Amino acid sequence: MIAANAPNTCQLLMGNEAIARGALEAGIGVAAAYPGNPSSEIIGTLAQAAKELKIYVEWSVNEKVALEVAAAASFANIRAISAMKQNGLNVALDFLANLNLTGVKSGLVLVVSDDPGSISSTNEQDSRHVAKTLDLPLLEPATPQEAKDMTRWAFELSEEIANACLVRSVTRISHARGNVTLGKLPDGEKRARFDISRPPYASIAATTPVKFHEKLHQTLSRVSEIYERSSFNWFVGPKQPELLIITCGSGWFYSKEAVDILSKEDSIGILKLGTTWPLPRALIERYLLQTKKVLVIEEIDAFLETNLKELSADLASGKTWTFYGKASGHIPPCGEINPNVVIKAIAEIVKVNYVSRGADYHEKSRKIVEENIFPRGLQFCAGCPHRTSFWAIKDALRMDGREGLVLGDIGCYSMGLMSTGFSQIKTVHAMGSGMGIASGLGKVSSFGFNQPVIAVCGDSTFFHAVIPALINAIHSQSDFILVVLDNAGTAMTGFQPHPGTDMNAIGASSPPVNIEKLCQALGVKVIVADAYDVKETTQKLVDLLRDEGKPRVLISRRECALIRAKREKPLYKVQINPDRCIGETCGCERFCTRVFKCPGLIWDKNTKKAKIDEAVCSGCGVCVEICSQSAIVREANE
Amino acid sequence: MSDHGRDPLNLIITGVGGQGNILISKLLGEVMLEAGYWVTIGETYGASQRGGSVASHVRVSKRTQYGPLIPEGQAGLILGLEPVESLRMLGTYGSPETDVITNIRPVYPMAVAIGEAEYPSLETIKEGIRKLSHEAWYLDASEIAIGLGAPLLANMVMAGALIGSRLIPVEEEKFKGKLKMNFEKDRLSLNLRAFSLGVSAMREQRKTFQSERSRKTTARKK
Repeated sequence: MIAANAPNTCQLLMGNEAIARGALEAGIGVAAAYPGNPSSEIIGTLAQAAKELKIYVEWSVNEKVALEVAAAASFANIRAISAMKQNGLNVALDFLANLNLTGVKSGLVLVVSDDPGSISSTNEQDSRHVAKTLDLPLLEPATPQEAKDMTRWAFELSEEIANACLVRSVTRISHARGNVTLGKLPDGEKRARFDISRPPYASIAATTPVKFHEKLHQTLSRVSEIYERSSFNWFVGPKQPELLIITCGSGWFYSKEAVDILSKEDSIGILKLGTTWPLPRALIERYLLQTKKVLVIEEIDAFLETNLKELSADLASGKTWTFYGKASGHIPPCGEINPNVVIKAIAEIVKVNYVSRGADYHEKSRKIVEENIFPRGLQFCAGCPHRTSFWAIKDALRMDGREGLVLGDIGCYSMGLMSTGFSQIKTVHAMGSGMGIASGLGKVSSFGFNQPVIAVCGDSTFFHAVIPALINAIHSQSDFILVVLDNAGTAMTGFQPHPGTDMNAIGASSPPVNIEKLCQALGVKVIVADAYDVKETTQKLVDLLRDEGKPRVLISRRECALIRAKREKPLYKVQINPDRCIGETCGCERFCTRVFKCPGLIWDKNTKKAKIDEAVCSGCGVCVEICSQSAIVREANE
Repeated sequence: MSDHGRDPLNLIITGVGGQGNILISKLLGEVMLEAGYWVTIGETYGASQRGGSVASHVRVSKRTQYGPLIPEGQAGLILGLEPVESLRMLGTYGSPETDVITNIRPVYPMAVAIGEAEYPSLETIKEGIRKLSHEAWYLDASEIAIGLGAPLLANMVMAGALIGSRLIPVEEEKFKGKLKMNFEKDRLSLNLRAFSLGVSAMREQRKTFQSERSRKTTARKK
């Protein structure tokens, strides 16, 4: 569907699909990324179209490599796109902070999807600062249609200035669906060739990097000129608005609706900017001069707000403005915004009263919700091998008895922090950081540190960023255990393949990189365990805990229960033997449901006994081992 | 635009991760887009694959494209695949004008499943919904789906109920056509049956409701 050459037809596309479609309409040949929400569907969508449109799409080992793969295509005269979340941009930043100096050949677009409100992230970070830091052009789509059109145009801009172009999305753009009118898909064959007669792509070639930096500043002035005429900037409202809202990205719809709900179309104007770095100075000046009050609406940091203030201070008119926004406290300084945040800010500034619904309804609903509704906490799925791995880790550390600790990483298994993973994890930072911290903790023994250290990482994370830290630990002979929670895919972001799986992004077979062989080649002791065999995994961990003084690796292996369930029927039919479960008289105090906490295993309030929820149970059969009365029974499915 | 003539039509389809509300909001959205509407769907979900609250904000208009989040108190209609989730959405997006169609089968949150918290009784939930809504309709969609041998089809039953309610501008046949394009033959017939059972269950309720209402009106006139 995304590959349909059906110009002028309208489709309901998710922002990420629209971005992918824009890239296809721009005639890309290569797309590369490492998955990360809310950006994952961009490359996922392109992967679906790869065979039909004869483009190359890959899930790279990490974001830096992904951007390098995309840049390579650009150097060889093929348009390319890379996409990542804000944390991914940090990984790719070292390359990007040199690429901006060398420039590119064919259009290269980097899409970054930020996550205001940290809905699926460990941090809240505004990627737009990178555009300013690196002097690269920035575009921010505000609608699904614009997500497509802007991405397509970004390739033209990239070629016009021979440099990379950044497109910044946010969750509510990437994950919102809307009407998108398609454009034409280009035809014509692509020919890749690296021109060896041109100057090298290197900032230290012939002259100093400073010369390249200088040129970059000149280029940016040119971009500013181009932005003055951009159709991605528009204004709605009266000629001389009492209040001028300047907004970008997700702020456009919220601002428009807020003005509409408050019936202030006659007195409030909205200047919507799609080109947010460098700013189109003359255009902004024109609208600023028509008002005295400015409200800036944007997500995460006061990026646009600060740049607008800076720009206004430079304007020759000598005029001053009252700016409202994050700095004035009218918009929250962090977290996600929504239409109500904008309504409230406007109502306060123009001094009108707004109630969304009667005060009595508001109070009534608050009370009813408070009394009856509780949050649905995050938990491992039924049959998740991470639950059983953390169970084994918990038991092994308890048996060891020296206050051992677990260092976490990024993936579903970050939930090892919470009760669903028995609150084992003590640190979580960036991809691979658990391993790096383990490498350091394992070396402070000379200061009296004698607690066992276990770092956990997923299989995809292992390839992404753990390997260098592991090598560091081998080199320093640090004392710890690395547990690789190998569930055969990048589960958290939608089961994307990685170098350890036998298939690539476009479904072709690829030779899997073997984690244990790789560790063995590094000279580190490696043990493999079945995550569902809790007793054996625990014993292997206990043995490894005693084998001190060097790095050791345990691979706790089991395919993600969700992936497995798509293909095969459950391993077991699990049931509670009601004669053996003696309920609250047992003395275990509901051990199975209270501690093991598998959603397939529930406490029946009426019978006061454990019960299997057949609609949820994945049939892994592991819970059979945790009941002291052997009341949980399993029967192998044929 | 609909029986209620609301523009934009602000519909929330809510439930728990894994219940399939994102799929039905997408299919409904596509049908309405093909019928010439501006459609926006904002999907709100957290990091959880399963078990977390998931809501789709579906916004439909003849005039313009709306943003992906419905403002507080502006939901016209809530379709709930899980009763407490319907109540949760009313708490933020409801008003005395909001209609509710909800499945009555609970999906227990972890605290309830492990015996540490009590799930509110159906009577309590209904009482809460009654206080916070305009009209409310209750279906045991999960029971209907289990009757078909596939509890996961509760989402299709609820899609049927929604279309059967005639509160949104989607024709039954158009939605069936959409299902035919989206499902392989082996799964299609079951999905179609679940959908049709939802449509008829809702029609039945509306008939009873209307006859009760006309009885009341007649009684008042006397």
